[in-house]
Amino acid sequence: MNEIYLDNSATTRPFPEIIDLMGRVQEETYGNPSSLHEKGVTAEQLLGKARRSLAPFFRDREKEIIFTSGGTEANNLAVIGTALRNCRRGKHLITSAVEHPSVLNCFRFLEGQGFRVSYIPVDKNGTLDLDKLERTVDEDTILVSIMHVNNEMGAVQPLQEIGPVIKKRTPDALLHVDAVQSLAKLPLAVDLWQADLVSCSAHKIHGPRGIGCLWIREGTLLQPLLYGGDQERGLRPGTENTPAIAGFGLIIRLMEEKLSKVEKSLMDLKLAFLEHLQDSGIHFFVNGPSPEKGAPHILNLSFPGLKAEVLLHSLEERGIYVSSGSACHSRRLEPSHVLTALGLEREKLDSALRFSFSVENTLAEVKEAAAVTAAAVRELAAFLKK
Amino acid sequence: MNTKILVRYGEIALKGKNRGQFEQQLLRNMKSAVSGSSTGITRLHGRFLVEGPAEKETFLIRQLQRVFGIVSLSPVTETALELEEIKTAAVRITKALPPGLKTFKVEARRSNKKFPLTSPELNSQLGAHLLHTFPGLEVRLQHPSFTLSVEIGYHSAFLYSENIAGPGGLPVRISGRALLLLSGGIDSPVAGWLSMKRGLAIEALHFHSFPFTSRKAEEKAVDLCRHLSLWGNRIPLHLMSITPVQKLLQSAVPSELRIIILRRIMIRLAEKLCNERKMKAIITGDNLGQVASQTLESLAVTEQASQMLILRPLIGMDKREIIRRAEAIDSYDISIRPHEDCCTLLVPKNPATKPKLEAVAEAEGCLDLSELLDEAYNTLETRTGNFIS
Repeated sequence: MNEIYLDNSATTRPFPEIIDLMGRVQEETYGNPSSLHEKGVTAEQLLGKARRSLAPFFRDREKEIIFTSGGTEANNLAVIGTALRNCRRGKHLITSAVEHPSVLNCFRFLEGQGFRVSYIPVDKNGTLDLDKLERTVDEDTILVSIMHVNNEMGAVQPLQEIGPVIKKRTPDALLHVDAVQSLAKLPLAVDLWQADLVSCSAHKIHGPRGIGCLWIREGTLLQPLLYGGDQERGLRPGTENTPAIAGFGLIIRLMEEKLSKVEKSLMDLKLAFLEHLQDSGIHFFVNGPSPEKGAPHILNLSFPGLKAEVLLHSLEERGIYVSSGSACHSRRLEPSHVLTALGLEREKLDSALRFSFSVENTLAEVKEAAAVTAAAVRELAAFLKK
Repeated sequence: MNTKILVRYGEIALKGKNRGQFEQQLLRNMKSAVSGSSTGITRLHGRFLVEGPAEKETFLIRQLQRVFGIVSLSPVTETALELEEIKTAAVRITKALPPGLKTFKVEARRSNKKFPLTSPELNSQLGAHLLHTFPGLEVRLQHPSFTLSVEIGYHSAFLYSENIAGPGGLPVRISGRALLLLSGGIDSPVAGWLSMKRGLAIEALHFHSFPFTSRKAEEKAVDLCRHLSLWGNRIPLHLMSITPVQKLLQSAVPSELRIIILRRIMIRLAEKLCNERKMKAIITGDNLGQVASQTLESLAVTEQASQMLILRPLIGMDKREIIRRAEAIDSYDISIRPHEDCCTLLVPKNPATKPKLEAVAEAEGCLDLSELLDEAYNTLETRTGNFIS
């Protein structure tokens, strides 16, 4: 049975080049980058190379990149670090209702620490309510955190409009963008967004897990969450995870190369999948943004009458791997906060699956996946009707 | 310094000529419970002495508390058969007790009648010595705050102040082997535990209905097996898919009979597995009257699907008692993890509470039962990982 992996927003298969490089780094370049001898120097060179590979995705300034243990830590450092550092200037924080838990739960923590948090709603397409945002920013606002691409339904937030709205009202308010789902898929226009902090992760783009980064605009001050040595400018102490950092650097270079060569773009794959599913005649709905406007790799569909988990396992049985809602939610039996924020009816909430694509998927694969999904939906619907 | 733990086993000493066999099994089970901790076990008259590194005492006690057949345990001080040594040990034990214990008694037992003092003499001499050494203490024979016990054996004396309850029961394996139907719910692990307590070695059979249930429901069964395995035998877990059966029943039998026929098929599959692996009984977590499938009529009709002996250890327990027991053996937290087991899906709204065997047999007559059984049986997978961590 062919495996078709369509759960690339949960995590991706690391490229063989990455696994190979990480193995070699662990075998050969095992020195501590802080050591003065040659072993340390070669290890430190790896960090520099990785930083240089990542810098062009932001403002081409290496020193604005801090490596973290992943997207969750980058989000925590950005949100809690700025709130703690700026708490004397103001106590008001803003985020959206559809953020990833690694952002939302930071705000919940800060609420307990005496901060005031406003959660801006989204419309049925998943787009932030800009008017509401504009009315919510005040002189007490110190931080606004808005994700670039939503991990569950692929809405792309209009950061180019969001940034100016915030800065016009309160120039000192900082803008943090969770770009874990958009790195190497959409441009990170940090200057147009007027962003101050951007979080990224390697394992969503075929890199290693356990590594991410926080881009910090020069001059932005943060309170560290961990204390120790002066690695990563003291903002993220601890002996650097050199194999993973080297892997992050390599994957970002490889993705650039890969993206320039692909025959079909991610968007083409997604639309082809959708088209084939529509042609099959089964009954389903697209949740969140209209497919052309959403992120190129995320499609959230509801199959009313079915239970998402049952369909998920049924697809699994046929070699197709997808998520129900977001991977982080599937252990809980409550509907996802993101889909709930879209105002979906119960029937759609209970039957929502996320298909997420990668440069590794082919047109043939997505066509087959659509056909298999249609067959599984038909079979289950017939069985459950009795 | 070594720690010494005196292990008592009550019930099995009563079993006449089987006694040797019982003691052998208990010894084997104890050895496997404390293996890997440089521990030695010696057999004394009617009990065992477990000896191991002092820092392992808590570990050893916890492990031994899970060996069925053990009635109680006491960490002991061993001395030569000299009164002065016994007195010194008695003082040391008393000193180590938590402060604030004001009243005590001494309880001496003498299995070695050659020891110069009788038990009452020893009681009074040791008592007097302790009263003299610790002026704040008082003797009280009824409900003292601690009891210092002294056992005079043939080679040495044992002194202790603690008596820790063991799990009781019979050594696992002594009663034979049986198959537990393990659903992943609260009841079946308790049924398995109670069976092990009466000396059965068990294997487990879990029916899943992938894709209608998650693989994570199977992990729950695996975790339950690993957990029950702590109580004395590595429990192999057999997994079978019941999905083809459920699918067929959905279309081929009247809805009110689906559950009872499903259960009869499960029992037949269990019987087949028992025969293949030479097990002598099926154990279920059935409890009278909890749900429609557990009325006396349903249990009877289910039972008639096979020739195998079916044990239902929970039959006399209330739900509350079952939950309390599940909590006590720590299976409860695993059981309540939110994954649906294969019975909670596809349940018809009105299952028959008093099914008639004739009606059930007639409905089954329309099915190609042997082919269906083979199809389900062929999905059998067995996991025998190293459950004891």
